[in-house]
Amino acid sequence: MSTAVLPPSTRVPAAPVVASGGGPRPSVAQTGVWIGIATISMSFAALTSALVVRQSSAPDWQHITLPPLLYLNTLLLVASSGTLEWSRRRQAPAGLLATLALGLLFVAGQILAWRRLGAQGVFLATGPSSAFFYLFTALHALHVLGGLGGLVYVQRRAAALNAAALYWHFMAVLWLYLLVLLTWLNR
Amino acid sequence: MTHGVATSHAPPRPQSFLRRNVFSVDHKVIGRQYLDLALVAVVTGMVLSWVMRFHLGWPETPVPGLGKLAPTGAAGGVITPEYYLALMTMHGTIMVFFVLTTAPFAGFGNFFLPIQVGAEDMAFPRINMTSFWVTLLALLVLLSAFFVGDGPPLSGWTAYAPLSAVGKDAGPGQGVGQTLWAVSIAMFCVAQLLGSLNFIATTLDLRTKGMSLARLPFATWAWFITSVIGLVAFAVLMPACILLILDRVAGTSFFIPAGLVISDRLQPHAGGSPLLWQHLFWFFGHPEVYIAILPGFGIVSQILPVFARKPLLGPRVFITCLIAIAFLSYTVWGHHMFLSGMNPLSATLFSVPTLVITIPAAIVTLLWIGTIYGARLRFTAASLFALGFVSVFVSGGLSGFFLAQPSTDIYLHGTYFVVAHFHFVMGVAAMFGIFAGTYFWFPKMFGRMMNETLGKWHFWLTFIGVYCVFMPMHYLGLAGNVRRYSAFTDDYLQPLIPLHRFITIAALFTGAAQLIFLFNLIRSRFRGPKAPDNPWEATTLEWSTSSPPPHDNFGGRPPVVSHGPNEYGGTGGGPRDYVMQADPQ
Repeated sequence: MSTAVLPPSTRVPAAPVVASGGGPRPSVAQTGVWIGIATISMSFAALTSALVVRQSSAPDWQHITLPPLLYLNTLLLVASSGTLEWSRRRQAPAGLLATLALGLLFVAGQILAWRRLGAQGVFLATGPSSAFFYLFTALHALHVLGGLGGLVYVQRRAAALNAAALYWHFMAVLWLYLLVLLTWLNR
Repeated sequence: MTHGVATSHAPPRPQSFLRRNVFSVDHKVIGRQYLDLALVAVVTGMVLSWVMRFHLGWPETPVPGLGKLAPTGAAGGVITPEYYLALMTMHGTIMVFFVLTTAPFAGFGNFFLPIQVGAEDMAFPRINMTSFWVTLLALLVLLSAFFVGDGPPLSGWTAYAPLSAVGKDAGPGQGVGQTLWAVSIAMFCVAQLLGSLNFIATTLDLRTKGMSLARLPFATWAWFITSVIGLVAFAVLMPACILLILDRVAGTSFFIPAGLVISDRLQPHAGGSPLLWQHLFWFFGHPEVYIAILPGFGIVSQILPVFARKPLLGPRVFITCLIAIAFLSYTVWGHHMFLSGMNPLSATLFSVPTLVITIPAAIVTLLWIGTIYGARLRFTAASLFALGFVSVFVSGGLSGFFLAQPSTDIYLHGTYFVVAHFHFVMGVAAMFGIFAGTYFWFPKMFGRMMNETLGKWHFWLTFIGVYCVFMPMHYLGLAGNVRRYSAFTDDYLQPLIPLHRFITIAALFTGAAQLIFLFNLIRSRFRGPKAPDNPWEATTLEWSTSSPPPHDNFGGRPPVVSHGPNEYGGTGGGPRDYVMQADPQ
């Protein structure tokens, strides 16, 4: 095994890469995450187009008041991206733990936001606007939970850090997109 | 040892029987599992089609034994119209998803893509294993619809809303059965997305030294492009299924319009758009046609040069055409919806790319014909099925011209003409690709040869059989025979019943011919003569390793590639008329 010849501090890439053209390639795990990002983007694009069609198909679109808590959650998620980047660049494990904590807080915050909406009497089946709101936030939260799983995995295999970080930043970008979309629809 | 380059990407070979053969992360085992799953699915789907065909020919005669199996759907063995629709739905869903997608793409692709690029395993072996088990679970969920509630759903493999969205009121099977359908397909999407991710990452990152993109074998190119198509298509179908499930179980109204009364009951939904489902579904559904057929393109393009002993004509043109087809496949979905109501301008916009997509498809066909032109063909079961593929693909493709144009499609779309078209171009052609691949790769997969005589009998009987089954359906369609009806006893279609009977007999005959294949498959697995490493004198990397390949594919020595996959018919290379990809420079 190559680990025998390398000094113990050297980072072993997530998966050994077989060079084809000679030059270095991004690690396989990162390729996987890029492909995942493409797929997830496509899914949310499909849902966005469904939303546009649904909104114009009938005059029953009701505006809902987004719970202000969402903006706090946004801050948490963006901050978690920052702590992760800090951890990655400075090789600081504390940053990773902070990211995990902030990510968990984000999901908890989203659940709290649902409860706030529920208290107003706005549920999944209340109307098309609320249906899309719950759908988008739930699907995004599920993907965030997947990212949290990835970060836990990084604790065991540090080599996957770059790939996990890429995914995590994408979660923040995706959330910003969804927030803008939902705010604009309920303006 | 060249371990420095590719340190065991494949996890070490596990010792326990279960880990080696059942819960394996080895791409070869997973590929075989996919093929086994597809075999079970195709037998199920074919038996369903026999029952339907029998009923179409002899609507009032009880199907022997069916009364016991389906006491509500076929009391006394005579199928109710609803049960006919249930059989049709299950036949279509099983065949399209669990056979035509699973076998040529996930099955052969899993087994051979990593070997053809010179890798030891897929990029993410555990994700690969997950993908198979999710597929199996999806199939079990779908099949369970036979045994719960009022039976399987009725809304066809396309599950058009609002029929698929409103629940029990829409008929037997539209309760639990339809929900199981939606859950099964959503799971299948997840599995295919994971699989596509693996295929793409493996092709991009795990190619061995010297395996440039230009040297990728044609089958690998086809699987790679198919996985790119699948990545986008299944990423749209999955959210569509989630919306459908929410409409069914959570009371939302994505697809159900206001004021809909079904079975005398006002549906408690408002504002949804049934057309939205069709758009989302066909945005997946048309690329799905290419997901089913492109691996066949790759398999045939790999097989024809081997048995023609000539390089494939225009390899770069071939790849360009595949990419063009992949792009265009996303612009044509509306041609499935001409009859659903569409602005004539949109219809034209969908019609034009539909006609354009025939250009790369026709070029590919001409390349195949050019490849075998003037060649001294070696007739084996594999090459016969590859030639048969070209034949049925052209036969099915030609009827596509009529369906691509809204003016003719509006007459033909609801008839057997469409049934003939898609069964030829997508069903039978893809099946011929699967058969060609099986006869070609069986020696590599199991280390034993299949029986060629039985293989040729299987080919000729199947080839004649499928033409007898599907050619007359064009005539039925032109004569105005609507599809999806269970019987034509009391109306203007009565004179066509003899033709239906002919088709039914041909279908039973063709089905019986598949027993030859099954027998050959099972017997050769245990009794076939030992296969050499390269029985067909082919060039690609799988033929450079032993039959069957060892756990890490190349026995710890990843091959170095110095040649393209297409070097046949040379004379300067000593006694051989071909150069293998792993031959030294």
